[in-house]
This record gives sequence, C-alpha cells and structure tokens, in this order.
Amino acid sequence: MELSQKAKNLLKTIADIEGPIEGAYNIRSNGKGIERFSTDHIKIVSKEDKPGMDIIVEPFTKKGSVHIPVIITETDFSDLVYNDFIIGEGAEVTIIAGCGIHNSGHAKSEHDGVHTFKLERNAHLKYVEKHYGEGEGTGERVLNPTTIIYMEEGATCEMETVQIGGVTSTKRETEAFLEKEAKLIVTERLMTHDRQEAYSDMIVHLDGEASSAQIISRSVARDDSIQVFHPIAQGNNVCKAHIQCDAILMDHSKVRSIPEIEGNHTDAQIIHEAAIGRINDEQLLKLQTLGLSEEEAEQVIIEAFLE
Amino acid sequence: MLEIKNMTYEIQDNGQTRTILSDVSLQIEKGKILVITGPNGGGKSTLAKLLMGIIQPTAGQVLLNGEDITACNVTERARRGLGYTFQQSPRFKGITVRKLLELSAGKSLTEDECCQYLSEVGMCAKDYLNREADASLSGGEMKRIEIATQLIKDSEFTIFDEPEAGIDLWSFSLLVNTFNHLKEKGDRGLIIISHQEKLIQMADEIMVLSEGKITKKGKADMILDPTKCKKMSC
Repeated sequence: MELSQKAKNLLKTIADIEGPIEGAYNIRSNGKGIERFSTDHIKIVSKEDKPGMDIIVEPFTKKGSVHIPVIITETDFSDLVYNDFIIGEGAEVTIIAGCGIHNSGHAKSEHDGVHTFKLERNAHLKYVEKHYGEGEGTGERVLNPTTIIYMEEGATCEMETVQIGGVTSTKRETEAFLEKEAKLIVTERLMTHDRQEAYSDMIVHLDGEASSAQIISRSVARDDSIQVFHPIAQGNNVCKAHIQCDAILMDHSKVRSIPEIEGNHTDAQIIHEAAIGRINDEQLLKLQTLGLSEEEAEQVIIEAFLE
Repeated sequence: MLEIKNMTYEIQDNGQTRTILSDVSLQIEKGKILVITGPNGGGKSTLAKLLMGIIQPTAGQVLLNGEDITACNVTERARRGLGYTFQQSPRFKGITVRKLLELSAGKSLTEDECCQYLSEVGMCAKDYLNREADASLSGGEMKRIEIATQLIKDSEFTIFDEPEAGIDLWSFSLLVNTFNHLKEKGDRGLIIISHQEKLIQMADEIMVLSEGKITKKGKADMILDPTKCKKMSC
C-alpha cells in the first residue's frame, strides 16, 4: 500500500523506518493494519475478539526483531488496540513500537494501546516505544499507553519510552511483575511544551527472590506544560530497586515527581531519588566559555539530558 | 595583549556598598604567564570572572588586543579568544567527557585526539571518554576534565582559577609541564590564580591581591626575592 508523505515522515520519526523493514512487522494506519510480515520464528496474528494482535516469539529465538508502529493521519479519530506478546523461553528480541499522530484538523485524534507482555524463563526483551505528535490544526493529539509485563524466572526486560514532542496529552500506566532473578530496566524520556500534559503511573512488583528493577525518568517541561510522575517499587522479597526521577523545569511549567518505595520484606533494598530544577546557571556559563551562545548551551544541555 | 584598566567591582550588601575590587589594572602578553595570588577573599576569583565577562564591573575596562570588550558577554569573549576554567567544575547529566571536549574543540574528535588532551591532565581516554561528566566523577576528575576542555580550545588567553585544587600531586606535575609547554609554544597567555609555589615560581609576572587591592606586582624574581626590590611598592 502506498503511503502519503505525512505517513512516511511519521514512520521515520517514531520507528526510523525508511524502506524495507528487518524482521517481523505490522504497520497500523488510521485504525487498520496495512502491512504485515511474520518470520519463521516470530508470528504476528490478528485477534479475533477485539482490535489488536498476538505476537509470539518462539523459544530460543536469537536476535529477533519486531516493528509495530501505529500512525494516525486523520482528524477526529480514535483508535484502541490490545496487543499481547509472548516471548518464549530463552528468546532474545527487540520490539520497536511507537505511535505518531499528524492532526491537521480541529477535532481530537487519539490512540490508546494496551500491551501485555509475558516473558518466559530467561527470555530477554528490549522494548522501545516512541510517541510523537504534529499537525497544523488545533485538534488534540492524545496517546494513552498501558503496559503490563509478566516476567518469569531469569527474564530481563529493558523498556525505553520516549515522548519527543507534539503530544497534547498522555496518560501512561505501567505495571510489572517480577519473579525470581528477573530484571527490569525502565528508562522514560519526555519533553512537553505549550499546554501539554503528561501523567505516568508505574508500579513494579518485585515478587521473586533476587529480582531487581531500575527506573529512570528524565524529562524537560517547557512553556505551560504539566508533568506528573508516580513510580512505585514494591519489594516483596529479597530484591533491589532504584528509582530516579530528574526533571528540568522551564518557563511556567509544573512538574510533580512522586517516587514511592514500599518494603514488604526485610531484605528488600529500595532507593529512590528525585530532582527537579531549572537549568543550572553554571552549566550554561561553562558551555558559553566554550563559545556557545546561551540558546545553544541550553539546547545542548536539554538534548544531552534527554538522550 | 589582554588588559584590565582601573577595574572596580562593588556589591550591595544589606544596604551597604562593599568594594570587592578597587582600581585594579593588569596586562599580559601572549606566551607569558601571570600568576595572581594572595589571601583568601582578596578578590582573585572575582577578577577572573570580570575578565571572562561572567560579572560586569562597576568601573573600568577590559581590552583585548586594544579592543574594548567590557560590554561583551561570556560567549563573545570566548569567541574572541578568551578561555576560563571554573574553580568548581559544573557537572552535566547526559553530556559525556567526549562531548565536552568536542564542544570545546568545535568539531568531532578521534579517540587519539581526545587521548592527547586528557593525558596532559593525567587521564586515560579509554576510561573516561564515554562517561557522563556528572556526579559519578570525583571532584579531582572533574577538575582535570575542566582543564582539558580549555587546553583543547584554541584561545589566545586562558584564565585558570586555582587549577591545583582537588587534583593529586602526580596530575599536578603533569599540569605544570603542560603550562611550561604552552609558555614555550608562545601562542597563549596564561592567567593563573594560585597559591601553589611551583606555579608562582614559573610565572613571568606575579600580582598579589589582598582585600581587593594590588599589594605587590612585578616580575617574578622581584616578588619572590624582596632583596632585589628597590621600590616601596614591592
């Protein structure tokens, strides 16, 4: 199917797709799957009872790759999908998800996704999700992702979420259940501007012995935007967890960072830290002594902070 | 030549005017080392900040090769050929050591090029290049990186504010060698604020600043050996 330039630009931005895609993939555009490819070891199958897919990665698949971008180029559009992922025992796979909305109209366009992952024993998943919005119209661009992750013994998951701009509002819910020796790393990067709002609730249940989690959030809030982060690490066994939330505040923005730790076992070791503040004057000065203008220095600091 | 003419800096402190620097003048040529020393709180770091444009004087001028740059901001002075090292180096989340060096050089650098400058401050490029210049590095490491970023920058004059602070003796020796090397090359003037005897001894000229005023100024050998001094000003 021939895509419009708008659609191609969105695919490039959210999933770095230009030309042939390596591995398995499914492209969803304006509520419809328009292109799909399964490999020998990774099957993508449409659900029959609701919108969405099942993505099944065979056990012991090595260097598996899946792209499942979603793009919306219509105004007054609402899309909801339920995607379930099974990552087989010992498999190693990278899944690139993401949603881009181009809204040129004056009505809201929205995509809500519920992604449920089951990682079997010793499976390894890298999951990358990019969200982006653009468009000349005044219509809102809304993205609400829900991610649930079940991790069996020895499974590891690296989850990177990036919101790079243009999303009017987002409510992100993440929940993870870790069994014995499972390890989760979540990195959240977010930039909001104008009057955008971003809310992120996350809870990680460290249920298994020697399970561990690291949650890092870095965000920049500009103009009149609002961000609220509420990550919770719940230590229910011998476990380790570290939560770190850092935000740069600019202009008239507001950020609330509420890292929460819960210890339900005497050998749960959980640390949290949060820092919110404007760009440090000395950082700006340092870069200016290298010849950068104040604006260039600010841009370098923000880009590096979010990288 | 870099000059300061009749510089005065005053601040308001609880409704009172406090003079931090009073009528200070200095000159330095390329290829020379000027060391500014004196008791703590004497105005040395303030003078360094005035030179770089981080603060503006109450009175006086800064001239670079005859051009009055008093009204120039930090960026403009950096682009005109001034460099500056902070007494306490700012840290950055997300910016790697390599990125800092490249920003200073104004271009991408190979690992070998980075290694050349980091080794001058006693650091191994492999260990540091991809590390963030953040809280994970010690004060001494940050200080050495700070100095390396100014060594790599193509400046006519570089101001070093207590370069010895927080670095070990071995790295300090390397630093002294680097300053000597820069002096021999002759294409950069160094203004060094220091209490360190080795740095004072390598100076072409020494200025002693106390309570905002110059109490001694002159050639190094005259300042260090008062018996050679013939005037009361020494």
